[in-house]
Amino acid sequence: MVMIAAYTTLVLLALAILACVIRLFLGPSAADRVVALDTIGINLIGFIGLMMLIQETILYAEALLIIAILAFISTVSFAKFLEGGNVIGNRNTD
Amino acid sequence: MVIEILISIFLLIGGLLSLVGGVGILRFPDVYGRLHAATKSATLGVIGILTGVFLFFLILEHIFIGKILLGIIFVFLTAPVGAFMISRTAYIQGTKMWERTKQDDLKKYIETGETPKDKRS
Repeated sequence: MVMIAAYTTLVLLALAILACVIRLFLGPSAADRVVALDTIGINLIGFIGLMMLIQETILYAEALLIIAILAFISTVSFAKFLEGGNVIGNRNTD
Repeated sequence: MVIEILISIFLLIGGLLSLVGGVGILRFPDVYGRLHAATKSATLGVIGILTGVFLFFLILEHIFIGKILLGIIFVFLTAPVGAFMISRTAYIQGTKMWERTKQDDLKKYIETGETPKDKRS
């Protein structure tokens, strides 16, 4: 029963990631594409959690945390890059 | 049996919320609406899925995985911060709002240069 729910949820997550990929290709502005990439990262966390449940292993917990951290850092650095051009820099440049 | 039904409900609710986030990211008319859909529903969906996985391992397999709890707390804390930074970047870049938008509270601060809390831009 849990396995049936897990496989169904995998299909739902795959559809969600497909929608994000479509928005990533057709997004009119750069911010749209960053939003789509951020959502793909968040959905991948759930994907890896479901993989842990299906294969009944706990080895992927570190991968889950690392993908969460990388998604957040890439979102913040994309935002700062699009805003000012320098990701890590002096605050009082202007 | 009851706990299996509970875990399945958590997983299915999480998957449905993620799918709702995907549909919202396709169909909302501007960046800010898409951020609204992506951040709220996708975050809650992932939190539901991870709660189901945590309960599965805790009750059925008798393993306590603290890293999944850390992941839940991390997603819960960082997704709004990322969404806030993307929306601020989109506004400063001049991304167009939807033509039926009624209210724009940030505009007077940007135009007059008056920044009450934040002196950066």
